[in-house]
Amino acid sequence: MAQTTTEAKPAVTRNQSVGWLRQMLLIRRFEEQSAKLYQQQKILGFCHLYSGQEAVAVGSIGVLREDDYVFTAYRDHGHAIARGMDPKAGMAEMLGKVSGCSKGKGGSMHFFDAEKGFMGGHAIVGSHIPLAAGVAFAIKYKGGDQACLCYFGDGAMDQGALHEAFNIASLWKLPVIYIVENNMMSMGTQLHRHSWTTDLTLRGGPAYGMPGILVDGNDIEEMARVTRDALRRARAGEGPSFIEAKTYRFRGHSMSDPMKYRSKEEAEKAKEGDPIVLFESLLKERGWIDEPTLEEMHEKIKAEVEEAIQFAEHAPEPPLESLYQDITVAPFIPQE
Amino acid sequence: MAVIQYREALRQAMVEEMERDDRVFLMGEEVAEYNGAYKVSQGMLDQFGPRRIIDTPISENGFCGIGIGAAMVGLRPIVEFMTFSFSYVAFDQLVNNAANMRYMSGGQFSVPIVFRGNSGVGGSLGATHSHRPEAFYAHVPGLTVLMPSTPADAKGMLKAAIRSDDPIIFIEHENLLGDKGEVSDDRDFLVPIGKASIVRPGRDVTLITYSRMLKITLAAAEKLAEEGIDAEVIDLRSIRPLDIDTLVTSVSKTHRAVIIEEDWPYCGIGAGISDRIMQKAFDELDAPIRRVTAKDVPVPYSRVLEAAMLPDVGKVVAQVHDVLYR
Ligand SMILES: Cc1ncc(C[n+]2csc(CCOP(=O)(O)OP(=O)(O)O)c2C)c(N)n1
Repeated sequence: MAQTTTEAKPAVTRNQSVGWLRQMLLIRRFEEQSAKLYQQQKILGFCHLYSGQEAVAVGSIGVLREDDYVFTAYRDHGHAIARGMDPKAGMAEMLGKVSGCSKGKGGSMHFFDAEKGFMGGHAIVGSHIPLAAGVAFAIKYKGGDQACLCYFGDGAMDQGALHEAFNIASLWKLPVIYIVENNMMSMGTQLHRHSWTTDLTLRGGPAYGMPGILVDGNDIEEMARVTRDALRRARAGEGPSFIEAKTYRFRGHSMSDPMKYRSKEEAEKAKEGDPIVLFESLLKERGWIDEPTLEEMHEKIKAEVEEAIQFAEHAPEPPLESLYQDITVAPFIPQE
Repeated sequence: MAVIQYREALRQAMVEEMERDDRVFLMGEEVAEYNGAYKVSQGMLDQFGPRRIIDTPISENGFCGIGIGAAMVGLRPIVEFMTFSFSYVAFDQLVNNAANMRYMSGGQFSVPIVFRGNSGVGGSLGATHSHRPEAFYAHVPGLTVLMPSTPADAKGMLKAAIRSDDPIIFIEHENLLGDKGEVSDDRDFLVPIGKASIVRPGRDVTLITYSRMLKITLAAAEKLAEEGIDAEVIDLRSIRPLDIDTLVTSVSKTHRAVIIEEDWPYCGIGAGISDRIMQKAFDELDAPIRRVTAKDVPVPYSRVLEAAMLPDVGKVVAQVHDVLYR
């Protein structure tokens, strides 16, 4: 896995590439620091880290327009940051603060950012997959040419909601792009133990009349290329696409997972496919970035994440009256 | 008798019943090789093998239906929800098929199945992962809803559930899994379905509760005792069928009742119980029945908001004062 793109023609400009590397590094650092805050019990509940999968979100969201939409599951920090969410808002959310991206009501699994077209982290497996088709329906209804990107894990391939939505999306030629992040694991269950075939491209694409596109999710430029193709289809009214991005999560399923189901060797070997390391060396090879610039970038990101943590720590707790706020648009009348 | 955890008590119940009856099997997400997301089924794959301890894909609607189908022809499945919040994906199977099969077929098919798993406001899990589903399921004729609050009841009630010939919604609590208590090792130790337990006898007021809220209620009873108020605490255990006789007997003695629950107030369990008591024993009441419930809002992530939303000892004591006109 994880051979980087052939050198023939780089899919992106130098500026864009450097920006993507920066985003991936930011996500990685954000996640590492989140793990520490979780251990200090400042972040609570369920917290799922994205480390190892960054190229999937950054490479695909990186080719969207500002007016497109993004949905994902509960492993959502990376997608939110790739879509431009301020890390301060994300960190404050995880610390349950009122300055968080969901005012402290959603937590790690429920990041939202309407301004950026970030339609949420969603914590019930498969539940958001029809929602993405719904946004695509609205785009078509209004006569727009935006598209909606929707991410989920290989485990979500087993939910009925996915299959119902896929059929309808294809039937109605909706501008939605489904991306399964196949990290080979549904919590502690390896792919071959939860799916009749390990070929998810087959299960998700042709069966529903969508192109099924297999891509190395650790190769950010390939990720960008296949997403661009799918976007072209969507914008031209040709209907949905299904992308299977093969990748690997470096950490446990959530913070409480001891990962007994995989060997140290397997996890170590996967690190060879670290999308960040791969992209750094590619950019160096091309002469698009040098060691001092890279070091400076790392330092800046460290500072940015530290600033986000400081911001979150000092942000106020939500006021008690906010319990009853944002429940309905009409004044909420508690039945108590 | 041995002192074991609530999760171990659940496991013992399943293991003993599986040893006794080959028709009983366990199916759910991560129950086998991972040994259970909450370690309830730890070691069961080793003991019973993959024929009877079965990992499923994340397909709740599918595997619940598979369980019901298997039960219609004589197997006795135990289906684990990783948490009951995920049972909503399978709502159709539970409410349409499990509950109605016997009735719709004019008694030809019964569905001896147990749906079990934890539930409740576990601690900053947010709105989608903190459901208390008891009122939804207790609403449905055809379903039996059980909620143990102690390790002993966890075992005795689950064994009774597995031996029952009807579909049982067996709701555990995430925050009780690690609790310890004395549990019988009699292999025929059963807690009868539909029987409440008087956990603390008292004269002045009846406190009616279930599941995790039993702890808060007992703590409140201690506090009230310091003020000279002698509270009787009843653990419902069985939400449906309700042990109305035990409630009426108690209220006929104390003439006052407060119902304490972790669920939402409107159309909740307490509303239903309050109605049943009023129908049966209105003349016995010296004060309106009061309720302590979670606030009528979705469950927030913030720990500050979550705590404010839940019942606590102070809120129980305040309602007791109210029914005693203090
Ligand atoms: C309907 C439902 N069932 C079970 C769960 C518990 N759960 C959360 S994530 C998960 C595994 C999902 O794996 P996958 O879809 O591959 O995504 P990944 O975690 O690898 O990103 C499970 C079983 C849930 N959140 N929702």
